[in-house]
Amino acid sequence: MKDTEGYVTADGRQIGGTLMEMRNITLRFGGVVAIQDISFDIHEGEVRAIIGPNGAGKSSMLNVISGFYTPSEGEVWYKGSKRPPMKPYEVARQGVARTFQNIALFEGMTVLDNVMTGRLTHMNAGLASQALWWGKARDEEMENREKVERVIDFLEIQNIRKTPVGRLPYGLKKRVELARALAAEPSLLLLDEPMAGMNVEEKEDMSRFILDVNDEFGTTICLIEHDMGVVMDLSDRVVVMDYGKKIGDGTPDEVRNNQDVIDAYLGVPH
Amino acid sequence: MLNDIFIAPFVDMVEAPDFLMQVLWEGLVSGILYALIALGFVLIFRSSRIFNFAQGIMVVFAALTLVGLFAMGVPAWISVGLTLGVMFVLAVVIERVVLRPLVGQPDIILFMATIGITLFLIGFGETIFGGENKVMITEELGIPTGDTVLEPFGGLLILQHLDITVVIVATLLVAGLLAFLNYTQMGRAIRALGDDHQAALSVGISLQTIWVLVWFIAGIIALVTGIAWGARAGVSFALEVIAYKALPVLMLGGLESITGAIVGGLMIGILEKLFEIYWGQPLLGGNTETWFAFVLALIVLLFRPQGLFGERIIERV
Repeated sequence: MKDTEGYVTADGRQIGGTLMEMRNITLRFGGVVAIQDISFDIHEGEVRAIIGPNGAGKSSMLNVISGFYTPSEGEVWYKGSKRPPMKPYEVARQGVARTFQNIALFEGMTVLDNVMTGRLTHMNAGLASQALWWGKARDEEMENREKVERVIDFLEIQNIRKTPVGRLPYGLKKRVELARALAAEPSLLLLDEPMAGMNVEEKEDMSRFILDVNDEFGTTICLIEHDMGVVMDLSDRVVVMDYGKKIGDGTPDEVRNNQDVIDAYLGVPH
Repeated sequence: MLNDIFIAPFVDMVEAPDFLMQVLWEGLVSGILYALIALGFVLIFRSSRIFNFAQGIMVVFAALTLVGLFAMGVPAWISVGLTLGVMFVLAVVIERVVLRPLVGQPDIILFMATIGITLFLIGFGETIFGGENKVMITEELGIPTGDTVLEPFGGLLILQHLDITVVIVATLLVAGLLAFLNYTQMGRAIRALGDDHQAALSVGISLQTIWVLVWFIAGIIALVTGIAWGARAGVSFALEVIAYKALPVLMLGGLESITGAIVGGLMIGILEKLFEIYWGQPLLGGNTETWFAFVLALIVLLFRPQGLFGERIIERV
């Protein structure tokens, strides 16, 4: 790994070494190039944002990180070693949790059950043990339940624990999805437009939760967001994409003053 | 005429309560088996959106394997264990050869694939075990065959020990399945997969593992129903019919609903028996059990297209 040393953020937090590194990632769908030769890294403990106008390839990038897409070219390095092509559930088991842009929850299940599924990556008990509700499975269930209750408390959704998710309003669903991802105690938390479609108040709440998560658990977070203002306040470093290419990378201040970025957002013709 | 339909049957019920209890009991016994089979359908449908046409033939196949192994000289209980093993292998093979290559295809293709599995198992089963009828190894499995006679209201109520065993075992199995689905991580994974594939993948659920698991559960259910029904009617390919009895149960209960499968199964079991005895035999010459359930289901569908417990799909326009 080239850059394994950490750095100190503007507000004085110590950031660790490289957790994940994307090397020359290219993603093609037939003739369409969604991502073109992009490299960037994510350090341990930081809040890293990927921004860009519509269709820039942000979500595709997140899908590459979480294993939903396999890059056509390039390498993904995670925790110091090259990651072979993997299925999404294998990536999840390696400690990468995510949320989705248009909310993917288990609508028929209660909030509690939904968050409990987040603990699946920590399941060790065998089928027989679970079928008989005996020994290891039972201890695990207790332990999982405890951790899940802590997450539920943390995100202030105690009062809807037993409510089927399908009945919840949009903003709360987003929060439940975050809770499910957090329950996995991920090394890397991916948030796909966590504030899309929210009103100002909900956005503020969500921002606070994201910062708290990063603060309290030291979780590394990589998020995609449209809302420039929110991103600049939240993140330590920002990658800017446009038409599948990387046009900027750095602290929010650096990015803000980058001419390419300004052009992309103002829609200067290419 | 109206008297025969609306009054006489109920008078009969009140006048001979012991006979009514007998009818209800027999309805309950078949009802719980219908419920069990329907549960097999629901599990597979919820986790993969596949309507498993092969459930019926799996019952036959399980029963044939069990009887066949015993005939080869394997002790009865070891045969049961081996049959479970065969059902597990079947689940793995179906997932590997049929389901995995068809992932993402339209539902109808997967449905056709299960018809393919059905036809294959019919042929394969006949090649291996032969087509003639066989006798279930009821006694060898230690299932009691006597009966208990009770005398409620000064009448007569005969409870076959076989039926009592079936009710107990099936109830335990249903209760166990419910607990498994609701209180274990694996169970949650099964339910989760039914709700949203993408989300399930993102929390580390492997489609393949869950599919093998639900098909294996369907196999266990097939074996239990195969033993229970085979003990009453003999083991032959006609056993497949019991699975089609689960179709009206599913229409009634809704394809996604576990509660629906259980309540629907019991309802159909009991109602078809009542109808046969009090209306069918005196008015229609009997043999109504073969079609009554379907008519009932159709009537329910007229009023509730999603079934009694199914998910109502409301689309925003």
